[in-house]
Amino acid sequence: MSKIAVTSEGPGLDDLVDPRFGRAAGFVIVDLDTMNTSYIDNGQTQVLAQGAGIQAAQLVAGAGVDCVLSGFVGPKAFQALSAVKIKVVQNLDEGMTVREAVKKFKSGAVQYADGPNRGAGR
Amino acid sequence: MIVSIASGKGGTGKTTVAASLARVWERPLVAVDLDVEAPNLHLFLCPQIEETGPAWIETPIVDESKCTFCSACSDLCQFKAISMMGSLVLTFPEMCHGCGGCIAICPQKALSPGRRQLGEISRGHAGGVQFLMGRLRIGEAMSPPLMRQVKTAMNEIAGAGGLDAVIDSPPGVSCPAVNAVMDSDVIVLVTEPTPFGFHDFRLAWEAFAPFGKPMGVVINRAGIGDRQVYSFCAEKEIPVLAEAPYDRAVAEGYSQGRIIADLSPKYRHIFVSLYAKIFELASARLDKGASHA
Repeated sequence: MSKIAVTSEGPGLDDLVDPRFGRAAGFVIVDLDTMNTSYIDNGQTQVLAQGAGIQAAQLVAGAGVDCVLSGFVGPKAFQALSAVKIKVVQNLDEGMTVREAVKKFKSGAVQYADGPNRGAGR
Repeated sequence: MIVSIASGKGGTGKTTVAASLARVWERPLVAVDLDVEAPNLHLFLCPQIEETGPAWIETPIVDESKCTFCSACSDLCQFKAISMMGSLVLTFPEMCHGCGGCIAICPQKALSPGRRQLGEISRGHAGGVQFLMGRLRIGEAMSPPLMRQVKTAMNEIAGAGGLDAVIDSPPGVSCPAVNAVMDSDVIVLVTEPTPFGFHDFRLAWEAFAPFGKPMGVVINRAGIGDRQVYSFCAEKEIPVLAEAPYDRAVAEGYSQGRIIADLSPKYRHIFVSLYAKIFELASARLDKGASHA
């Protein structure tokens, strides 16, 4: 596995994890081998009345990630991510930084989700 | 003439007023329940239903063998009901608003119309009154598309027979409520003279006033609460067309599914008078319009 996306309140590894997936401020894309990062702003998605989760899934799929780390992933986003075989790790602890989330992921102390943990639109 | 019975707050007496108006309406009438999420006018009018049929909305079906993944459909869709995930087209039929844009824009003609059931539409009659009702499918999130189909049926019935229409609208001031009142000639707002009632009545007035339609008020449960509704109506020159008192007899009649206009001559008179005032309100507006022209 080479690249993952972490829902984030800001563009860098030391920003806090945004617990929301569809309406996250953005996604920090982390190359696990080099720890190089890039950032996808999700501002455009936040203004959608509906479909934010699907749009966000499109964005991270376009970045070519294999896995998403987040707090809460809704059913349509989960369906969209599953369709392109992007794994989901959810229920990240509140107040965690992106760096800490990546570290936790690399240590293997996470579980891949087998279903969404939020209703639609929340 | 089309009269919509609306309110901001729920439970103020829209259906009570609509059913009673239907009872005293002298001209040929179709009574329409547009509160498709929770229709209840039939519980009072007890119509004989002659026909019930499904109502559908058009949603896209993808032929992946023709798709070149150009994403024109996905870029167009404002609701993400059709989305491109790499070389996969995902559809979310429950999110589709049925605009047909994706089908029209597809350069490969890879999309064809499918459908999702919105609910059902029933028609019948209660005595001499025609009856029409929409009922949203459980789980369906969008009521305006079904409401538009009920209104189309209403216009067919009313247009063919020269009928008036009384619409029992959904509560609130969002899309369903606006959809119910936007095509009517007169809007009757039902409120109760309480702080809650006033708060939501005012929201409804603010939401519907931009239509510039004649609007009047029925104050239900008069005698409780305070005078805020009355002073607001005086200030904004909104006519109070009728007042129905807070009365145990009304609650008892309602709980038995009775039409309030049938309870006593006193109550019948309230709605006969309301009927006349609705026509006065409509014609006053016509005169005013004529004098401006």
